[in-house]
Amino acid sequence: MHQIACHECDLIHDIPPMPTRGAACCVRCGAVLLRAQANSIDRTIAWTTAGLVLYVVAVTFPFLAMRSGSIIQETALLTGIQQLYSQGIYMLAFLVLLTCILIPLGQMLGLLYIFIPLKLNVRVKFAIPVFRLFQHFKPWSMMEIYMLGILIAMVKLGKMATIVPGLAVIAFGLLIFVLNFAITAVDSHMVWERLGGES
Amino acid sequence: MKVALISARKAGMVSCHDCHLLSRMPKISGQQVAHCPRCGVVLHQRKPNSIMRTWALVITAMIFYVPANVLPMTVTSALGTTQADTIMSGVIYFIHSGSWEIALVVFVASIFIPFLKFIIIIYLLLSVQFKSIKRPRDRTILYRITGAVGRWSMVDIFVVTILIALVQLGFLANIAAGPAAIYFATMVVITMVAAESFDPRLIWDVVDEKHE
Repeated sequence: MHQIACHECDLIHDIPPMPTRGAACCVRCGAVLLRAQANSIDRTIAWTTAGLVLYVVAVTFPFLAMRSGSIIQETALLTGIQQLYSQGIYMLAFLVLLTCILIPLGQMLGLLYIFIPLKLNVRVKFAIPVFRLFQHFKPWSMMEIYMLGILIAMVKLGKMATIVPGLAVIAFGLLIFVLNFAITAVDSHMVWERLGGES
Repeated sequence: MKVALISARKAGMVSCHDCHLLSRMPKISGQQVAHCPRCGVVLHQRKPNSIMRTWALVITAMIFYVPANVLPMTVTSALGTTQADTIMSGVIYFIHSGSWEIALVVFVASIFIPFLKFIIIIYLLLSVQFKSIKRPRDRTILYRITGAVGRWSMVDIFVVTILIALVQLGFLANIAAGPAAIYFATMVVITMVAAESFDPRLIWDVVDEKHE
């Protein structure tokens, strides 16, 4: 039994030992206080590793191609960012690079950096700040929004050309789900207890 | 799950913003700060200057909202003619070309959601400042909604990124990002930070005070 205060209304709750897959909600405002995950460590490592493989495919393989008559324009995931950069809109190039490329990669590397040592029962430096950053960056990972953007762009260009999706788009689409599974498998209460208990 | 029906602040406790450890709030004075015994982050019972910071951010975002909507988002040049499109003219283009679903998605994500967020955040701020005790649970849900939907406004920026990747020089047409893009992106980022800087516990502090 331990106590926790609701992060949205500050009400103190006594939390009994949680059943696996159980969730505790605030009785006053309804916020989810904690969610216990079964096999959190193994599942997080498995999904994250799968995510890294898909990530490599998504970044290196052809992303979208546009065919109009005999002209074919092939692009990679990074092409749009390079174009923004060459048009001199550096801030936008940086923002897209961050939200769709760097933060998702950082999330996966960060998760492995925290969870592999937890699995092996060893301590690593900076695990606490890395996990803190992971939590803070969560809303800034925007791959699923980028996917919606692809859909809209395809409709917009559909009239003047044929859009051919490449292997990277499929990998990118799968990565959205896989990364989401990895993040959902994280039992942050357990992680903080283990990271804090070791120091 | 047992509930003591007392807020952490009233009990002299503090919940860590990062690791959610509940600990006793140490007595601090002046420039001193308290650190979480588990993860080491600086402890605050409430987000510091939440009301003022949120006001400043939401007003800044509203200022950026104007050029983001008035200026062109994309500039398309094809066969010697150039055409500048704002967000709204993009929506109208989709309606005329028969894809009203896409028109709706773009309108909701780019125009409606930011506007809705301004209204909700200002309403939450005023309700706390005027010490309203009406429907605190619903207001907390509104806070949760603003946190969840704001990021979807970025979709228009990504559409522009994909368009300029696909349609480049040497093609029949060329698309460049317009001046609105940077204002729009800044606006979305600032509203996301604004929603994050509001502390929903302030809603419940008023309720707790009135119950005494």
